Amino acid sequence: MRNIIAIFQKQVKETFKNKTILIQFIMFPLMAIIMENTVKIEGMPDNFFVNLFSSMYIGMAPLTSMASIISEEKEKNTLRVLMMSQVKPMQYLIGTGSYIWGICMIGACVLGLTGTYEGKELVAFLGIMAVGILASLLMGAAIGTWSHNQMSATSLTMPVMFVFSFLPMLSMFNEAIDKIARLVYSDQIYTLLNNMGYQSGYQLEIALENVAVVGVNMAVAILFFAYAYKKSGLA
Amino acid sequence: MNQNNINQNNIKSIVALSNVVKQFGEKEVLKGISLTVKPGEIVGLLGPSGAGKTTMIKIVTGQLEATSGKVMVDSSSTEMGMMMDSLGLYERLSCYDNLKLFAKIYNIPVERIDEVLKKVGLSEAKKRPVDKLSKGMRGRLALARAVMHEPKILFLDEPTSGLDPTTTNQIHELILEEKAKGTTIFLTTHNMAEAEKLCQHVALLHEGKIIEYGEPKEIGRKYNHQKKLQIRLYDGRCMELLNNKEAAEKVQDYLAQELLETIHSTEPNLETVFMELTGSMLE
Repeated sequence: MRNIIAIFQKQVKETFKNKTILIQFIMFPLMAIIMENTVKIEGMPDNFFVNLFSSMYIGMAPLTSMASIISEEKEKNTLRVLMMSQVKPMQYLIGTGSYIWGICMIGACVLGLTGTYEGKELVAFLGIMAVGILASLLMGAAIGTWSHNQMSATSLTMPVMFVFSFLPMLSMFNEAIDKIARLVYSDQIYTLLNNMGYQSGYQLEIALENVAVVGVNMAVAILFFAYAYKKSGLA
Repeated sequence: MNQNNINQNNIKSIVALSNVVKQFGEKEVLKGISLTVKPGEIVGLLGPSGAGKTTMIKIVTGQLEATSGKVMVDSSSTEMGMMMDSLGLYERLSCYDNLKLFAKIYNIPVERIDEVLKKVGLSEAKKRPVDKLSKGMRGRLALARAVMHEPKILFLDEPTSGLDPTTTNQIHELILEEKAKGTTIFLTTHNMAEAEKLCQHVALLHEGKIIEYGEPKEIGRKYNHQKKLQIRLYDGRCMELLNNKEAAEKVQDYLAQELLETIHSTEPNLETVFMELTGSMLE
């Protein structure tokens, strides 16, 4: 536990000095605040921008930051030094992952409060976001572990991030894309958020499809991570 | 591990390798390495890139498993300190915060951070981010991190590579201070003068084998085939004399005439020994 806390605290200090990571956590909540308060179109669903940017936030921030942090630590040899100092790979992943999850949940709170969510609805919104962020973290950990340096991590993260971030939005305009997007966890999260938003009275509807797709996506990420870890280890 | 190998001259060894082989696929990187290290000594691992130095250290530190052979290390990984060639420092964090992370991991009081920063001469730079430090300062910070928890075994991989002579000397002083405290030190280096200055024993590695092992001066004497004396006189003359009775008489004459300025034996240095044994340079 001591090592996990040490890694967590280190990550807090590091992130506040790493603008490229920091901007990922701030960008979408900030855009949601601006768009939700400035753009009003007749017939636009409730919380349209909040839900849209929330699914994009899930697809981008945890994934890119987790992959970037792990690959940077590998490239600069800091991860090897940690492993040599009795920090176990799982302790490192939990320390770093819990920090990113925590800071993303703060962003999720900002997004939730920017929308019209309150009470049980807000709790449900945060619950959905928590699951989405966790799925994205697993993807990021797998990419970071697979990559030997930041450059290879970036070249792998970019297409994956575009798929997870932008498919929910693109699926609105094209039926064929919508069919593919339904296989992706961020689209299912977007669907869950929209189902909440459309309810006049609060009632969270979770379909088997939502759970199955998110579950399978997480399982794929875990398998990819396990394969990457077996291939080259964390450090 | 065979107890006879571990206990040499009744002093328990802290590290003992016996016939250690390491293969990466088809490639055999270590070909039957045997080495015994006693507590409190500095052992130099010398060899060109690809000789197997880093693989050997990784096996001793538990980062790699040997394909065959026996490895005995009388120390847990928390009792080891390591300063690697790529220093592995968090560049955005300050010197203090870099050490604070490891103070927490090693569960040692944070007061120790100021002590080690003072020891390596970085007290004034404690709040400075690592990316604003010179190469020498980074090296000293990495050394501070390696010794902060007072390890039993210290692994130093090219600790003075690319540093100026002043910083190199400062690091040498720190290494000798650690040795004086009883720390066993593994030093990999290309710098022969450094090995001769710091190490009690050196192992010359070539293509995965230890081709020579011993005290640096003893190795020099062993390969001193020429057995010559180099003489320089005050009148500017330089000469090489065979180390025999005739030379002794000549030297006596020069001394009597107060002509002798310098006199040196010509035993080879480690670089020359390595060249003789392998036909290639160390670097």
